[in-house]
Amino acid sequence: MDIHEFTKQIEAEFEEVEPGTITPTTNYREIKSWSSMYALIVIAFVDANFDVQLSADDLRNSQTIQDIYNIVMAKKTN
Amino acid sequence: MKAYIKAISYYLPPTALSNKELCEVFPNLTEADIYKKTGIKKRHITSEGIVGSDLGFFAAEKLFEEHNIDRKTIDYIIFCTEGLDYKGPVTACVLQDRLQLNTTCGAIDLPYGCTGFTYCISIAKALIESGQATNVLALTSDIPSTVIHPEDADLRMLFGDAGAATLITATENETIAIGSFSVGTDGSGAENLMVKGSGTRGPVDQEWLDKYDNVGGLKYGRMQMNALEIFNFALRIVPPLIESILAKNKLEKSEINLFVFHQANAFLLSVLRRKLKIEEDRFFIYMEEVGNTVSASIPIALAEAIKCGKAKKGDKVLIAAFGIGYSWSGTVITI
Repeated sequence: MDIHEFTKQIEAEFEEVEPGTITPTTNYREIKSWSSMYALIVIAFVDANFDVQLSADDLRNSQTIQDIYNIVMAKKTN
Repeated sequence: MKAYIKAISYYLPPTALSNKELCEVFPNLTEADIYKKTGIKKRHITSEGIVGSDLGFFAAEKLFEEHNIDRKTIDYIIFCTEGLDYKGPVTACVLQDRLQLNTTCGAIDLPYGCTGFTYCISIAKALIESGQATNVLALTSDIPSTVIHPEDADLRMLFGDAGAATLITATENETIAIGSFSVGTDGSGAENLMVKGSGTRGPVDQEWLDKYDNVGGLKYGRMQMNALEIFNFALRIVPPLIESILAKNKLEKSEINLFVFHQANAFLLSVLRRKLKIEEDRFFIYMEEVGNTVSASIPIALAEAIKCGKAKKGDKVLIAAFGIGYSWSGTVITI
């Protein structure tokens, strides 16, 4: 899954978000309807699709969708 | 001799806290948000002076009445809670007298949380199969609302108070026996879900009472939860736990009629269900009306599953619990 597909699928998981509003450089905390619920959705999505666990620190240390993608890819190869 | 679950009853305190009421306290929340995040519409909250053992007592009285059980047949009582009445005596001793059980009855406390019910069943089974008891009364009763800071929205929307009573009885019928248990512990996660200031390590002091004076002092302690870590822990540990329970009981996933997990959070449960590839109609969630009731959550869900016909006589039900500790455990029971 490349970054564009990753972004598209994450966006689809966030039901309240208008399609096409999230890009790889979007700071996900600035998404209008962002809540702590979204962090759980991201964790569940990554777990289901990559069998990788994002920790609370991973999320704390990331800003954009691209950051999350990079962490997932790094964990996937390790 | 084998052991089986003969009867379950539960008691909810009359006062309930609705999502609407929570939204009035937290204007940034909507009722839809709370429901989406937790799967809960209301949770019951105990009143001042009504503690865990009271809810356990009421549940036990309901059990005797609803299932026509002679209290004099009880020869062991296990009281499971994270809110014991005293450091001493054992609260189960006080309950033996209050419930007018025989003085030949054994009594122990089990200060466990999310995995309290499965631990109770495991101990009851061991007591019965080793010939030490015939009728074990397991009371799983918790009052999380008393250790939640009123400003902790995530905790207030999730947890509810309740007491459950389960009777585990000896039987020679192996087909209805409680199965083998799988258990696990990882204390490295203890800090991620903890009631601070609730025991002898770092007890409540004057500074604490002053700090929380405006919310009644939080004199029983304050629950703190790292929700992301707990979520991750559950995603990591539950799938191998289920595999292990099935393997120990020599059962295939397809042979289980119903899966009943600790009712932690409906969103987490649905993520787990999908991860485990269990169909929705074989996976029971009962949270809307009660929330996460800690050690009472599985027996309440079981009682409701039986009541609505989702769990029928002879059904194999896999029960699995996970949470504070970290701890996890589970088995297969027959309704």
